[in-house]
Amino acid sequence: MQPQPSAAAVTAVLSLDGVIKDFPGVRALSSVSLSLYPGQVTALVGENGAGKSTVVKILTGIYQPDGGAILVDGAPVQFANAQAAAAHGITAIHQETVLFDELTVAENIFLGHAPKGRFGLIDTAAMIAKSRAILTEIEAPIDPTTRLRDLSIASKHLVAIARALSIDARVVIMDEPTAALSHKEINELYDLVDKLKAQGKAILFISHKFDEIFRIADRFAVFRDGQFVGDGHIADVTQDDLVQMMVGRSVDQIFPKRISAIGKEALKVVGYDHPTEFADISFTLHKGEILGFYGLIGAGRSEVMQALYGITKPSKGAVRIDGDVRIIRSPADAVAHGIVYVPEDRGKQGAITALPIFQNVTLPSLHRTSRHGFLRLAEEFALAREYTARLNLRAASLETAVGNLSGGNQQKVVIAKWLATQPKVIILDEPTKGIDIGSKAAVHEFMAELAAQGLAVIMVSSEIPEVLGMSDRVIVMREGRIVDELKRDEMTPEMLVRRAAGIGDTE
Amino acid sequence: MIRRFLRSREAVLSGAILLLIALIALRFPAFVAPQNLANVFNDTSPLMILAIGQMIVILTKCIDLSVAANLALTGMVVSLLNIAAPDLPLVFTVLLALSLGALLGMVNGVLVWKLNIPPIVVTLGTMTIYRGIIFLISEGKWVNAHEMSPAFKALPRQIFLGFPMLSWFALVVIVIAVVVMNRTTLGRAFFAVGGNPHAAVYTGLNVGRTQFWAFTISGALAGLTGYLWVSRYAVAYVDIAGGFELDVVAACVIGGISIAGGIGSVGGAVLGALFLGVIKNALPVINISPFWQLAISGAAIIIAVALNSRANKTRGRIILKRKEAEA
Repeated sequence: MQPQPSAAAVTAVLSLDGVIKDFPGVRALSSVSLSLYPGQVTALVGENGAGKSTVVKILTGIYQPDGGAILVDGAPVQFANAQAAAAHGITAIHQETVLFDELTVAENIFLGHAPKGRFGLIDTAAMIAKSRAILTEIEAPIDPTTRLRDLSIASKHLVAIARALSIDARVVIMDEPTAALSHKEINELYDLVDKLKAQGKAILFISHKFDEIFRIADRFAVFRDGQFVGDGHIADVTQDDLVQMMVGRSVDQIFPKRISAIGKEALKVVGYDHPTEFADISFTLHKGEILGFYGLIGAGRSEVMQALYGITKPSKGAVRIDGDVRIIRSPADAVAHGIVYVPEDRGKQGAITALPIFQNVTLPSLHRTSRHGFLRLAEEFALAREYTARLNLRAASLETAVGNLSGGNQQKVVIAKWLATQPKVIILDEPTKGIDIGSKAAVHEFMAELAAQGLAVIMVSSEIPEVLGMSDRVIVMREGRIVDELKRDEMTPEMLVRRAAGIGDTE
Repeated sequence: MIRRFLRSREAVLSGAILLLIALIALRFPAFVAPQNLANVFNDTSPLMILAIGQMIVILTKCIDLSVAANLALTGMVVSLLNIAAPDLPLVFTVLLALSLGALLGMVNGVLVWKLNIPPIVVTLGTMTIYRGIIFLISEGKWVNAHEMSPAFKALPRQIFLGFPMLSWFALVVIVIAVVVMNRTTLGRAFFAVGGNPHAAVYTGLNVGRTQFWAFTISGALAGLTGYLWVSRYAVAYVDIAGGFELDVVAACVIGGISIAGGIGSVGGAVLGALFLGVIKNALPVINISPFWQLAISGAAIIIAVALNSRANKTRGRIILKRKEAEA
């Protein structure tokens, strides 16, 4: 049962054995195992949705497993909460560091375990001195009395590492620590990781970037769809081996059969540039087509869509809709020109729960159901009835507040709202993120139907099966740029992963 | 339809007001005489008008603390104008009060919209500034009854179809507000922007501009009330209606307008104001000291908020299909 490491003499500091984690309707982890050894960096590799974040949350006591065991030094333990994990010397450095901007560096390092002086008051001088000592040890040029908000992201990472050292951590989990760092800062982080290794800390390093995995990791563990695929020494594998393991066999998921009848150009974007988010974005979208946007998280896909929708402003570039050049300055412009955007965070950005169904549906179409600013309730109801019926929305009355509906029906209200604007282009950002398999199939079905009706669909997705199963064409983005465009019959999972991660970029 | 009304906040509040009136009538039957109730309504008219403006502002997740200062400044300006030009037709006075008030409201609105300053900070600032301006233009002096023209003072008291004009102003404002809030795209935008600003942005609504209009309306109503106030009491000075903004916010809160935005109604604001008006008018006649008045109003606010937060609590997710169809 126990996965035997080849360096069998060393016991794992921390390991997971057959851990299971269920969420309503989804099994996030099924029987995964993972071992972390002192003085070694283990890279955790997997696609989005492979279960990496869930593993981190279990290791740090935020989630409790539904089955299997957590072992510290070979002995089973239970982490009732985050404090319990911290007490075992497990600490995590997150993508966006979870520290307190308004406190000083020293206060952040020692929050919760500050040195106490007389009368149980915090001994500020000792705290600053100890902080300085730790920061010197990791060669971080940071004054412990500065406020955290004045530091760069890289420096904040260093503070988080200092905090880990201050509680005498034995296991340091780094969740995509380099995502927001510059090239120079990344190299400094590598040096620091080497130093932590030398001190005998066990490090779990989560990254999408293959170059850095091969630069700093000693071992690897690959997850796919919440399952453990394999682990071993990094020296024994190549990048291609890892890609193969990550992607694996095609997932048993059925996608609707589509006969794409691709029509005229619906949308053309030429030379979109943004000072910080993306550059040189050009693509064409046709009626009846589903265009997938694939890339790693943070590749700039949503940012392009938000610019296209008028939420942010590109510094350069032009948009043509149905052959006419259009200028989009606000979401209202976008809607007026026939582009709608269904954002990723539908809960926050979708429905207005205090308002009744019909008012939610007609909200972006009010100019059609009103005259000189005065609403025509009969027309409003007719419009709302037409589109809720098309989506088979079940509710006693269109005057029911959306907050009283189930999640799935709320989502139908949001989609009905956008369809009621009679758009030409619909942008779906991660349309199936966080929903169960059954609902996923319904969303896929629905997307196919929209395309069949001649709508041009952009689908931003990080899930390879979905990208492969639904798209007529895929645009792959990496670091704010389009790196490839693939037709349906020329894409393979391996190709998507390699292009998105930038493996084998020779030409 | 009727069942839904009975479950609504407005119904609960109407019930509470009727109960309050019944209790008062036990000790002081004359209170329920129609003429006296009409007087209570008339007396509460300024509060109702201001509460409607405030309701719109609160609906958009903002707050307007400058309404009383706006009222006082506009009141002073129209009073001074009346001294300078006593024969100016009253229509102009009313229009001037509305537009000056709207302008002062727009100042709040622009600061919130364009500079993204939190509304509570903006209106605390303008509140002080407006009071300061009154001092500057009046040199700290009062405008007294004998300085105002008879027509200027008479308007709020003039009887039209059995009711004083002050009450008629309130009724007209209520009717217009009901139409605007329920039957115009702007009214719909107020609800949407406060209910979920993120969703409103994605829907193509301009959140800042909607809030700007809310402040403008609140300001216009405060300006109108400014004229009504100084002419009714026949006096204008720096401190008139001092602290009245808190009564206005209190009326909204009692009326079930959610401070978090997005939930509220004209009826709620009006009933909230009436509730406070009944307390204010009844307690003196049944010999309760003014200090108790404050305590009772305060308790009413806390009880109202407690009831509202209970009502707004979600009753769990609806998973059963049948329940959903009934909702």
